[in-house]
Amino acid sequence: MMNKMTKKTKSNLITYLIVIAAFVIVQAMVSTGHISSLFKGLLVPICVYVILALSLNLVVGISGELSLGHAGFMCVGAFASALFTKCTSDAITATPIRFTLAILIGAAMAALFGLLIGIPVLRLKGDYLAIVTLAFGEIIKNVVNAFYIGKDSHGFHFTMKDQFSLGMEPDGQVLLNGPQGITGVTKDSSFLIGVILILITLFIVLNLIDSRDGRAIQAIRDNRIAASTVGISITKYKLMAFTISAALAGAAGALYSHNLATLQASKFNFNTSILVLVFVVLGGIGNMRGSIIAAVLLTVLPELLRGLADLRMLIYAIILIVMMLFNWAPKALEWRERYLGRIFNKSAKEGK
Amino acid sequence: MAPMLETRNLGISFGGLRAVNEFNMKIEKGELYGLIGPNGAGKTTVFNLLTGVYKPSEGFILLDGEDITGKSTIEINKTGIARTFQNIRLFTQMTVLDNVKVGLHNNYKYSTLAGIFRTPAYRKTEKEMNERAMELLKVFDLDKEADALAKNLPYGKQRKLEIARAMATNPKLLLLDEPAAGMNPNETVELMDTIHFVRDHFDMTILLIEHDMKLVSGICEKLTVLNFGEVLCQGETAEVLKNPQVITAYLGE
Repeated sequence: MMNKMTKKTKSNLITYLIVIAAFVIVQAMVSTGHISSLFKGLLVPICVYVILALSLNLVVGISGELSLGHAGFMCVGAFASALFTKCTSDAITATPIRFTLAILIGAAMAALFGLLIGIPVLRLKGDYLAIVTLAFGEIIKNVVNAFYIGKDSHGFHFTMKDQFSLGMEPDGQVLLNGPQGITGVTKDSSFLIGVILILITLFIVLNLIDSRDGRAIQAIRDNRIAASTVGISITKYKLMAFTISAALAGAAGALYSHNLATLQASKFNFNTSILVLVFVVLGGIGNMRGSIIAAVLLTVLPELLRGLADLRMLIYAIILIVMMLFNWAPKALEWRERYLGRIFNKSAKEGK
Repeated sequence: MAPMLETRNLGISFGGLRAVNEFNMKIEKGELYGLIGPNGAGKTTVFNLLTGVYKPSEGFILLDGEDITGKSTIEINKTGIARTFQNIRLFTQMTVLDNVKVGLHNNYKYSTLAGIFRTPAYRKTEKEMNERAMELLKVFDLDKEADALAKNLPYGKQRKLEIARAMATNPKLLLLDEPAAGMNPNETVELMDTIHFVRDHFDMTILLIEHDMKLVSGICEKLTVLNFGEVLCQGETAEVLKNPQVITAYLGE
């Protein structure tokens, strides 16, 4: 049994180390100028997608529900945190404090929405959560598109018509300009902060899985009737997993919004949600390390293939299929067990 | 002293179908009680009524003198009824040890944050849970498989693990739904020993549904025979099995 504990802890440690090692290598390459400016621009989005993939894997892999609107929670987090930053950029001048608060607010707002959606929907069985989250993602995008928020010496102004209906004093400032979104959010995000957020996300998710609550969540996934007959509240634990996942997606949204000059709700569409789901499925459902690797590869890949122009999407699709076969085909699993497993076991034995 | 389990005029209908009618049963503490009857007689329905999966249309259920009628499955488990299932329901993707630890869920507690931040409370409680779970696994001779995934256990051990998980919730009454289903004669004999052992070791009251007459006559002290949702006969095992009504309805001779 002790062996088991160390095995699980060891596997988790390897995951943390992979993230840190990747960070160190990339940082070294950046400082020696081995990375093009195109890739430098991708570093923060990669972190965003890794966090999103980890948080969605908590719902899909650990809790066993299907969420198709993860971009919606990211959207809530992005706009809540961006508004906060715009409102307080004069009041709070210390960037680290302000950005930390912005991330927390983004996470809290996303968690609130997760809770509100989860309470009615998680009581149902089957695919209802997928349908409702799909709708939520679309609704939140359109709602944000329709809102205009301004601030002047009299306080806040809201309208759903257009920016001139805000009726502000001349000194007023438009914060959220409907479909044009939010402009001029300070660029607080950096690769370092992104990696720190990934580590925090990993810490929360991995430790949750290996705790009393995490076991309850997995028990419900495996057999809800048996879980309730051993005294586990189905709704409570499903809601817990879903809300934590939404909060993490909100934090990813905050990281995302503080990396852009212009933040528009149309970015958070169904394609983004599906993309994150693809990361999770290809990385292995319930496999956190796989989610990280898949998110990084599939974010970098389209950029690497850009030179191939017309063939780009074709090759991207072929790589998706190959990854899927590598992860799920029985023969491929056997092969991995035999060759990669042997290498891994050998090093583990030598380690002892 | 109140009986461990008492049902009074328990009944349930599904639409026009009367699944269980006027069901009365008393089980004293420490008894090994059998519920038998032909297929479709309503035995599993009685189990589902007792565990709150179904709410009875009429009647009362008393556990150790406490009225548990209409309570939720979760509440009933906390009050003291644990069960196994006719078709095994394990947490298949989890390890054997974790299956039992899920059963310990309500007896050992720490907050979600303590779990995430690995506080001393987490470490202490997890250590106690591991010890208790390993103790239970040892009782059921599963301690060597603690790290295996539940789905990889052989059939007989899966049945045992289900009982171990039920016992982890620290029940007053254990319900076993066809524990010997799908077992070969050797495994059945071993199971009989296990059930006996659980009763003696944990001072447990056990109610079981079973079709295997060797097991029923071998370990049950009392029987209730159910036919078409009604009690056909009740009493000491030897007496009941001699009853001509029971023989025609069930044993079919």
